[in-house]
Amino acid sequence: MAGTGGNSRTGYALLSPTLAVMGLALAAPLLLLAVTSLKSQAGIGFADGWTLAQYGEVLGRSSYRILFARSVGISAAVTLVTLLLAYPMAYFVAFHARHKFAWLIALTIPFWTSYLLRVFAWKIILGYGGVINSGLLRLHLIDQPLSMLLYNPFAVVVTLAHAWAAFAILPIYVSLEKIDRSLLEAASDLGDGAVRRFLRITLPLSMPGVIGAAILIFVPTTGDYVTPSLVGGPAGSMIANMIEVQFNRVGNWPLGAALALVSMVLVAVIAGLFVTAARAAAKAAR
Amino acid sequence: MSFLSISQVTKAFGGLPVVNAVDLAIERGEFFALLGPSGCGKTTLLRMIAGFETPDSGTISIDGDVMNNVPPHQRPTNMVFQSYAIFPHLNVFDNIAYGLRKLKLSKDQLRARVDAMLATVRLEGLGGRAADQLSGGQRQRVALARALVREPKLLLLDEPLGALDKRLRETMQVELRAIQRKVGVTFLLVTHDQEEALSLSDRIAVMSAGKILQIATPRELYERPNCREVADFIGEINFFHATVREITDTTATVNAGLLGIVTLPSANLGSHGIKRDDHILLAIRPEHVRFAPDGVAGEITSATFLGERSHFHVKIAGRSEPVSVSGNAGPQGSAVALIFPPERLIGLPSAD
Ligand SMILES: Nc1ncnc2c1ncn2[C@@H]1O[C@H](COP(=O)(O)OP(=O)(O)OP(=O)(O)O)[C@@H](O)[C@H]1O
Ligand SMILES: [Mg+2]
Repeated sequence: MAGTGGNSRTGYALLSPTLAVMGLALAAPLLLLAVTSLKSQAGIGFADGWTLAQYGEVLGRSSYRILFARSVGISAAVTLVTLLLAYPMAYFVAFHARHKFAWLIALTIPFWTSYLLRVFAWKIILGYGGVINSGLLRLHLIDQPLSMLLYNPFAVVVTLAHAWAAFAILPIYVSLEKIDRSLLEAASDLGDGAVRRFLRITLPLSMPGVIGAAILIFVPTTGDYVTPSLVGGPAGSMIANMIEVQFNRVGNWPLGAALALVSMVLVAVIAGLFVTAARAAAKAAR
Repeated sequence: MSFLSISQVTKAFGGLPVVNAVDLAIERGEFFALLGPSGCGKTTLLRMIAGFETPDSGTISIDGDVMNNVPPHQRPTNMVFQSYAIFPHLNVFDNIAYGLRKLKLSKDQLRARVDAMLATVRLEGLGGRAADQLSGGQRQRVALARALVREPKLLLLDEPLGALDKRLRETMQVELRAIQRKVGVTFLLVTHDQEEALSLSDRIAVMSAGKILQIATPRELYERPNCREVADFIGEINFFHATVREITDTTATVNAGLLGIVTLPSANLGSHGIKRDDHILLAIRPEHVRFAPDGVAGEITSATFLGERSHFHVKIAGRSEPVSVSGNAGPQGSAVALIFPPERLIGLPSAD
């Protein structure tokens, strides 16, 4: 293949702006983080020499392990809830809506407002004197405002699931829209009722969209900082909050860096396992 | 009642009738073709039989059971789709086994049935092949096997050979016919390729603009088309305007203008209720026109060599369209004379 060398050179040339930005904005800070994590804090500077002490601390302390587990748990729950909400919406638009484009716009309009604004909106909805509580009080269903709505993992899951829904709807919609309708007719023709057909054709063929959506939500929400700090309370705080504490309040940068890197590796591993499992599940649906 | 019985079925899209009061009766074990130009409603009719469209009116029954309200997955039919619709996430084996999984067969039974079907469509050993690694002909065979393995009462084929090149199409035609004989299932094939319909089927229904024009065997259709459109659609044919002079039980005498006064068997006028003084069309196939010294004088305007016989266009005085003749004669520009054997002339009602 004579043209391959030239092609790949053109490819790299086209990619070079992207590569440059990625190098500066991603690789360099990561490298800095890695270097920092191998130091130890001494006053306002770093002590001389290299050490793995931070990693020992991160992996050894149960309070950190609980935070990691909670972050992964909350964001897994967010991913699940979002997918369960987004899939039917995407399905409706792809298969039953008449004005698809209008529906897509309508579904994404809430996401044109700022993320912060949406988090505050949930704070108002779930709060002690919030929409839900005053509504229930007005209806005399309760006589004391419920305090269990806000400042816990539940509030974090609800807020994050809402905040990320659009990011799930779009990739799922695209993968559903791409499915050749004659495949669905063929499945009916071969004896499948609506449910079997969905499980054997529609779901497996929309798996790329579902996997994409899951990754798109799971990865950033694990490291989310704003939502847990605003609606999570102590019981709903996540690993990013601890990283912030280490950098800004305690001033232990190496420990913060080690926490950040460990959580990154953890997310990557879980995402990898998830993709493998989802692929296998799609294969098994014959 | 016939095996597949379609009665007064009509379907309109947006007010426009696409299938218009169609009646059709197909017998068990027949290889039946639905032939017609693109857009005439063939696929729509087939989809109503499969259950993907509901007729606006009329009934469809298979083997005595009315199908109108039966959903596709409960009908005793299977379909080979125009696009094949091979499931992209499944390999060849799983595609073919798709419609059998519900039967809860043992692993060995399932394998045996799929393997037997792979052999029938000559795809032995390709069970493990991924769907996207198949050639056009192989995809066609998988689609056929996937439908046949369910042992449907009626197999519906929507232009199954349309996407194949000419050679492969001819091979597959022979195989399709052989497979139909072997499995004995009733085949209903949709095509716009008249040669395909003529060479494959026991009977053919010719469709045009949502209506069925004629239902007949290939030979009948070719030799006794019942209207101008059918005659035109099946092979090549020449038309002459004529007026009926006299009809008896055995013969009809017509004034055929350029051809003079002709007496032909009255059977050649068919059962159109043609009467004395009616204006009619006389039709004759190119291979039935003969070159002979004492015929109508003309000049060859084009000659196409086709092997044993050649194809000619002959210009005759007083007629703008050339006459198509197949036979043997001189080169372009030669003067010839044509004979139109009366027993080969078919009388059809004239549209005007
Ligand atoms: N779902 C539909 N909505 C509106 N019009 C339709 C629909 N399906 C078919 N038609 C129209 O009905 C007519 C007949 O279509 P059909 O697919 O039955 O033709 P066909 O004979 O199979 O043609 P071809 O040989 O090109 O496949 C066409 O004019 C087509 O545009
Ligand atoms: Mg069609």
